[in-house]
Amino acid sequence: MSIRLLIMGLALACVAIMGGPNAAQAQQGPLRIEITEGVIEPLPFAVPSFQPESGAAGQMAVDLARVVSEDLTGTGLFREIPASAFISTVSDFNAPIQYADWKAINAQALVTGAVNVSGNSLNVKFRLYDVFSGAELGSGLQFSGTVDGWRRMAHKVADAVYSRITGEGGYFDSRVVYVSETGPKDNRSKRLAIMDYDGANVQYLTDSSSIVLAPRFSPTGDRVLYTSYESGFPRIYVLDIGSVSRRVLESAEGTMSFAPRFSPSGETVVYSLAQGGNTDIYTMDIGSGQSVRLTNTPSIETAPSFSPDGSRIVFESDRSGTQQLYIMPVTGGEATRISFGSGRYGTPVWSPRGDLVAFTKQNAGRFHIGVMRLDGSEERLLTASFLDEGPTWAPNGRVIMFARETQGAGGSSSLFSVDISGRNLKKVPTPEGGSDPSWSPLQK
Amino acid sequence: MKRILTSTILIATLAVSACTNPSRFGADGSGSGSGAAGAGAGAGNIVPGSANDPTSTAYFQQAIGDRVLFEVDQSTLTPTGRTTLDGQAAWLATNTDYQAVIEGHADEQGTREYNLALGERRANSAREYLVSKGIAGSRLRVVSYGKERPIEICSEEACYTKNRRAVTVLAGGLTS
Repeated sequence: MSIRLLIMGLALACVAIMGGPNAAQAQQGPLRIEITEGVIEPLPFAVPSFQPESGAAGQMAVDLARVVSEDLTGTGLFREIPASAFISTVSDFNAPIQYADWKAINAQALVTGAVNVSGNSLNVKFRLYDVFSGAELGSGLQFSGTVDGWRRMAHKVADAVYSRITGEGGYFDSRVVYVSETGPKDNRSKRLAIMDYDGANVQYLTDSSSIVLAPRFSPTGDRVLYTSYESGFPRIYVLDIGSVSRRVLESAEGTMSFAPRFSPSGETVVYSLAQGGNTDIYTMDIGSGQSVRLTNTPSIETAPSFSPDGSRIVFESDRSGTQQLYIMPVTGGEATRISFGSGRYGTPVWSPRGDLVAFTKQNAGRFHIGVMRLDGSEERLLTASFLDEGPTWAPNGRVIMFARETQGAGGSSSLFSVDISGRNLKKVPTPEGGSDPSWSPLQK
Repeated sequence: MKRILTSTILIATLAVSACTNPSRFGADGSGSGSGAAGAGAGAGNIVPGSANDPTSTAYFQQAIGDRVLFEVDQSTLTPTGRTTLDGQAAWLATNTDYQAVIEGHADEQGTREYNLALGERRANSAREYLVSKGIAGSRLRVVSYGKERPIEICSEEACYTKNRRAVTVLAGGLTS
């Protein structure tokens, strides 16, 4: 509640994903959730169970529709109309839609689908209808894959629906790598885990025999950079997700390396190296192992993140006396400070759209996840709590995931997501505690 | 003769620092045994490797004091910290079989990466002080745990003050 009030109090004058058109607008134009300012009214939609087109597809037809619905409602932009309210049934994927029956229950969007299962192969088709216009929105699509990848097919359907209605890219067919945590604050075990964006299909990538921190996806989602203490000292490792094999990247004697991130090309790593009481930022060519020092000051420079075009790096530095955010060219050189509000700013992450930087802010004993433009203007705080930190962007740059640690001796860490308007704050389910999330690109 | 002299000086150091910073021995209350350790050493009633053996790791931890504490977001040594490190330097100068890893730590009030860097600063402050007192840098490594390894878990200054620390962890030695 305090978060909501705080956001409202900032009188945002910026981009926000808002509710759908009212019924009158919908009757005049195509179905669309516009990115505007205004009161949220989630767009009502219906997703009847998909049509099983083979004997083995019955349960799959139900499950697919459920996941599509959960993806859409999970954004906070859509509201599902329960099946108990349906007047029509959809008994044939190719039969004409009885628009009047869906209008009568105010379903502005209708998603229909069909499923065919043959052995281990799965075929999913869907159509999206703009009920109040009485027309199909876009063409029907179909996806083929394997039965055990059925949730991805549902996510792809939901991504297409989301994209057609909002005009934004989707983000449901994506994964998150994070640190899974158990135990109290003074004896916490950490191991790397990977899951679907919604918390399904968790797999562990390391054991918990040494501290692991801050995994970061490669631009193609095939590798993860992370920091591990398995040598006794923090070192950067690169892990191949397919084979779950890893190798150390940086291990100069007498130093600590941490806070790695990939460049957009996936060929370079930017990271921090601490030596002799001083932490600076370096880049390393992964192939050759050659490093270049980008900063050279007695202050702490860390948490670097590339711009999507690879030309600049945003990072934090306490060169002014407290942690603040700066942008410098990828070759190093003069940095421009971008954060000027009260408090301390850290962990900047460049939006995949290139327009915003997400950050962690500490002010007056509270932690916030926020976003600002590249010149530091239009700062917006999206959350507030005892300890929020470590934002990561959804592939479409519209949602941020982060970790929230609770206060006190019994405190624990969990993953949360929030959209960039500050709405739809919610916990991301994980089997254990979670921290340091990194969101993958959209899967191919 | 030299050994005895050093022990006497260290016990005097202990008496001073124990008054100014009784909490520095850590969460387990092991500091309470340090007086007995000093008395035992003085009486010559020494069990090798135990806290009353002045060459032992236990003695270093309990009688000398293995850690120094820092103010919020600071890596500058406090007067109490320098006194503790004077004792560590004297001990390391005598017990040359030992090497040490100095572990830097931060409280939970900070972002993860910054706290890693801050912990490294703290550990390095302690290391540089020991080097300035004549300990070979090759015997002293540093590592930062940032906020990953608190010893106290409440979210209050009473705990944070003990978590903002640099701990000298001995390795090697004849009795370890």
